Amino acid sequence: MNVKALIVALCLPLPALAQGFAGLGTDAEEFAQPAPATVLQFPADHGAHPAFRIEWWYLTANLTGPDGTPYGLQWTLFRSALAPHDGQGWQTPQLWMGHAAVTTPKAHFVAERLARGGIGQAGVQAAPFSAWIDDWAMEGQDLERLRLTASGRDFAYDVGLDATGPLVLHGQNGYSVKSAAGQASHYYSQPFFQVSGNLTLPDGTIPVTGRAWLDREWSSQPLAQDQTGWDWFSLSFDSGDKLMGFVLRGTKDFTAATWIAADGSATALPDGAFVAVPLARRAVAGREVPVEWRVRLAERGVDVTVQALNPEAWMATSVPYWEGPVRIFGSHAGLGYLEMTGYDD
Amino acid sequence: MLLTLREVTKTYPGAEAPVLRGVSFDLAAGEMLALTGESGSGKSTLLHLVGGLDTADSGVVAIEGTDLTLLDDADRAALRRGTAGVIFQQFNLIPSLTVAANIAFQARLARRHDPKRAQVLSGRLGLTEHLHKYPEQLSGGQQQRVAIARTLAPQPKLVLADEPTGNLDEATADTVFALLCELVSETGAGLILVTHSERLAGRMRRRLHLRAGQLT
Amino acid sequence: MNAAIFSALFAHWRCNPLQLITLLAGLAVGTALWSGVQAINAEARASYDAAAATLGEGMYGQITAQDGAPIPQQTYIALRRAGWNVSPIVEGKLGSVRLVGIDPLTAPGGIGPVSVGSGADLAAFLSGAGQIFARADTLLHLPVTGLQGIATPEVAPNTAITDIGLAQRLLGKGDQIDRLLVAPEQPLTRRPLAEVAPDLIETDAQGSNDVARLTDSFHLNLTAFGLLSFAVGLFIVHGAIGLAFEQRRAMVRTLRALGVPLRRLIGLMVVELAVLALVAGVIGVALGYGVAAALLPDVAATLRGLYGADVSGQLALRPVWWLSGLAIAMGGTVVAAAGALWSLARMPLLASAQPRAWAMARRQGRFVAVSLGLLAVAAGIAVWGHGLMAGFILLGALLIGGALALPPLLGLVLRLGEGWARGPVAQWFWADSRQQLPGLSLALMALLLAMAANVGVSTMVSSFRLTFTSFLDQRLASELYVSASTAEQAAAITALAPTRADAVLPILSIDQQIAGLPAEIYGARDHATYRDNWQLLRAVPNAWEALAQGGGVLINEQLFRRAGLDLGAEVTIAPGVSLPVLGIYGDYGNPVGQVIVTEAVFRRQFPAVVALRFGLRINPAQVAALRAGLRDQGGVTDSAMVDQASIKALSLEVFERTFTVTTALNILTLAVAGFAILMSLLTLAAMRLPQLAPVWALGLTRRRLAALDLLRAMVLAALTGALALPLGLALAWALLAVVNVEAFGWRLPMYLFPLDYLRLGGLALLAAALAALWPAWRLSRMPPARLLGVFRHER
Repeated sequence: MNVKALIVALCLPLPALAQGFAGLGTDAEEFAQPAPATVLQFPADHGAHPAFRIEWWYLTANLTGPDGTPYGLQWTLFRSALAPHDGQGWQTPQLWMGHAAVTTPKAHFVAERLARGGIGQAGVQAAPFSAWIDDWAMEGQDLERLRLTASGRDFAYDVGLDATGPLVLHGQNGYSVKSAAGQASHYYSQPFFQVSGNLTLPDGTIPVTGRAWLDREWSSQPLAQDQTGWDWFSLSFDSGDKLMGFVLRGTKDFTAATWIAADGSATALPDGAFVAVPLARRAVAGREVPVEWRVRLAERGVDVTVQALNPEAWMATSVPYWEGPVRIFGSHAGLGYLEMTGYDD
Repeated sequence: MLLTLREVTKTYPGAEAPVLRGVSFDLAAGEMLALTGESGSGKSTLLHLVGGLDTADSGVVAIEGTDLTLLDDADRAALRRGTAGVIFQQFNLIPSLTVAANIAFQARLARRHDPKRAQVLSGRLGLTEHLHKYPEQLSGGQQQRVAIARTLAPQPKLVLADEPTGNLDEATADTVFALLCELVSETGAGLILVTHSERLAGRMRRRLHLRAGQLT
Repeated sequence: MNAAIFSALFAHWRCNPLQLITLLAGLAVGTALWSGVQAINAEARASYDAAAATLGEGMYGQITAQDGAPIPQQTYIALRRAGWNVSPIVEGKLGSVRLVGIDPLTAPGGIGPVSVGSGADLAAFLSGAGQIFARADTLLHLPVTGLQGIATPEVAPNTAITDIGLAQRLLGKGDQIDRLLVAPEQPLTRRPLAEVAPDLIETDAQGSNDVARLTDSFHLNLTAFGLLSFAVGLFIVHGAIGLAFEQRRAMVRTLRALGVPLRRLIGLMVVELAVLALVAGVIGVALGYGVAAALLPDVAATLRGLYGADVSGQLALRPVWWLSGLAIAMGGTVVAAAGALWSLARMPLLASAQPRAWAMARRQGRFVAVSLGLLAVAAGIAVWGHGLMAGFILLGALLIGGALALPPLLGLVLRLGEGWARGPVAQWFWADSRQQLPGLSLALMALLLAMAANVGVSTMVSSFRLTFTSFLDQRLASELYVSASTAEQAAAITALAPTRADAVLPILSIDQQIAGLPAEIYGARDHATYRDNWQLLRAVPNAWEALAQGGGVLINEQLFRRAGLDLGAEVTIAPGVSLPVLGIYGDYGNPVGQVIVTEAVFRRQFPAVVALRFGLRINPAQVAALRAGLRDQGGVTDSAMVDQASIKALSLEVFERTFTVTTALNILTLAVAGFAILMSLLTLAAMRLPQLAPVWALGLTRRRLAALDLLRAMVLAALTGALALPLGLALAWALLAVVNVEAFGWRLPMYLFPLDYLRLGGLALLAAALAALWPAWRLSRMPPARLLGVFRHER
């Protein structure tokens, strides 16, 4: 067992690994489980939930440079607990992992950080809001106005985020069901960020502007045993409407989606309403990954093609997955982000 | 009497039957004797016993009254050096030494080396021009002549020849045989010639025949 | 058909079990020595690597506090938050074991037990409940901590690894960190170290493992030994295979006449040899393991003492090692059998089936030519060659050329002996020895190589010892060495010492680039100590006077060789300050260049450097009193004072261990050569009967013949020994003057050790006598019937 495999197992409990580690949490105390009755409280719920096994602060952004070049940006902080409690010092069971990426039409830059909680190297506090690992941070008085920084060997960014709309709760008041068997997570988003700032790439610094989408999710076992991965879409249409939808691949696929109107009002859609079918696959990092999709949401008249801006947006991190900006054509036009997991062999 | 054998018996270790059974005979100085018999009849063994190369199990093998069976290894070696010279069918010569050194070898061992005699012997045997050669450079007949010269050089009292011409063609064999008899009779030594050639044996004055280890 | 052919082939070995034993034993023993030495080297290297991997020494840059003080954990966090990709290390002694605490989440790749593989459960490692990783023997030495000990061979010897939080607790280090490893990959933006943590300093990665580099010369010696032993073994195998193939020529002819295709026959013979090689290889590897296990503790002690390198005294069975042992056995068989198979492949069907073992004599002419060619190559490289590779080619050409020259030279000597011989037996003795030479020459070549290797390596090791001890005498001229931990303590020592010691010699030093190479500059006080004791390899006249007047510098040999700074060349010691080279001194064991200037010049150029180390001159009888005084009144701890006598005693003790290893290998190689002689003599014994029988029949006793055989073996060994001496000395010269200079930058002076050589000669005679004893005894007891059989059998 090495550190990487363990983190893979903890952060993305894919079936084979999840089974191998199923006993890990039950050894000691039980992790907390999401409950439909839970009412999310802000700003407290912006912070960490150490009693749950996994949690993330997941920001993606579609940006444009002064010459019109499209860029993608990712900033993610994962929390993964070995035991359902917090603690000070090196003995804390709370582990943190940061992923940052910048995608251009021709290149994809990735960085990863690992840290233990309890010693100040990484953590999240709700108010004033601060999520950090090493020199990477997402900080601000509250979630309305944030500064986002990260750096890797060959890239860095420093951008400001301004919220122009309300928080969106997915599923049933933020209780998001992930399988027919009832696996679920707490899940809310802030999809209405305006972004401006600078990307530093090997060729120099580029001023950028655009839109960003923050996902917050925590759970203890979000996938059913037979589910092998997911394809997650966050689509922003030129009309101002937005669509979050995902397919959980398993013996029988499970889908869920949230239609977010331009004013921020959200409608949860049941299993089967959201349909995503791969159109083109491509060999990426030695795997066959679908980088072009047909996405349909019949009741809103959505029938679009979703195409990766850069098919090579592979996150070669401890937990490998595909994450990158996409373009949308068809019944609606727009930009968005696509995440695909469980394609690592 | 030069040589006396009385009731000589010999069995090789591991062999079922004795190779010699109660063999007795005498040989006077200057006497020449042909010893014949089938293969395995014990004639070579008899020769080896007389030459001090092997020892009898029982009986007496005496040269000039000295019983060889009572001698130790060193004394028997001394006997081989000066008193009883053996000529074998082949492999008589020391391959690492020249013809000259081979001829002188036994006489020098016996401290009876006489260069003049060696020279005469070489001349008589037609070896003069081969003295600096090595044995492997000589023909079979030539090798046997060297063996004869070497054996006769220390003037032994008894010459023992074990099929000395067995490997030679008839004409060469006759020449070598004639030379051997001639030179031996000149020294007055006794000669025992082991052969299965009736032709050669017939030329000798006295003959003994061995059958299954016994004289007939 | 294959089965039938195989049974015919194997019948030969059944009839000649001695040949089979020779073949197997030669290969097994050669493989054993080679793989034994390889196992030792591998174990040592694994220890260095484990040390580097677990502690990050040399592989990564480091951040430490300037004064060696601990680093607050908050400073670590501040560095991480400023973008520094650093990982914390806590270390200290837990009982006698070095305990190292790491953070697996930030540790650079490959460090620590989390990458060890199965058995390492990160959750358990991090949980604080306690896991501690160490070698099995180290775990036994750990005090009882209640932690879960996990045995793994990947951790450095005498070292235990655990989580940093646990290490802090066990070592009582609170929120402290001893040093930080700097990962090679750093983010694009990070704040400067001086801004985040001004009292920390960063040192670069050293590129390679220092310990490994320092110990290279030692391992080079071992490897050379192993290779020579294997070569000796190959000579034996070559002889055995050659003989077996010669003797099977008749059978091969018969089989071919019976319709077996040559190609298949050769194929089956290859299979046969492969099976034999595999068997011998397995035996050899097992024996090699035994050799290594027996020698490793001494090797480990030597390395620890000489270089401070921790090497485990326990041997691990590595697959790479035993596989390579088998491979070399196979490869050796291929080399040894290639000639025999080739000549078999070219043998015409109706060729004479007579064994041609003696035909080798006719190849001597070719031997002489090849030998002369190789020796000429060696001489050419010695004069014009450059580089380490050339050095090794020189060694190889020298050894093989020397070995091939042996038979013709021996033949010459034996011919002379024959010419001088007077008695018939003496004459036969020399003539017969010469005749036997071809059959014995492979074994004698093996003996020559073994002896030459012994002369060469022992000359080198002894020269190294002599040079090093006299170098220590020069360098450690002061009776007591004192280190101050602070400038205040240094001042106290300078105030206190002059009243008690005859002289106080401050040692000033600074690291500087000289001629673009890393080097140290030393400031030496003008004192008779240096003039009287230091011997310069080369110097201008009155070098010490000129040095005292600030008129130049002395440099070490490494700097002289690497930077090409000869006498009179200008050395820039500081910007705008250049001084000529007055002398060059030997500086054995030091990897970097060194420059010595007089104290006044040093203080003028580097006023900020304070002397923290001092050499004190005093009557040796009063050292103990001086120590006590400095301890009681100067507050200098005992560990900060080292007296000359104990340093010398320590280094001599280390050398003794080195000699134990060398001597053991010496005896083993000689034993292999002795074995080669034994096997050759036993093989020859049967073939020699046609030579011996006539001599016996003409009046030499078997006892006398046996005594002559024994004498012959010893005469041949003595002659071989006499020829091995110059070859061994040439080898030693090549090692000292070529390989050492290329590999390490200094040339060791060569000393001669006649008594050692004499003892070695005695050993070789003993080996030859022992080898000849049994065949001689057998000859003395041989039944006459067997000798007579030569004359009787139709051949």
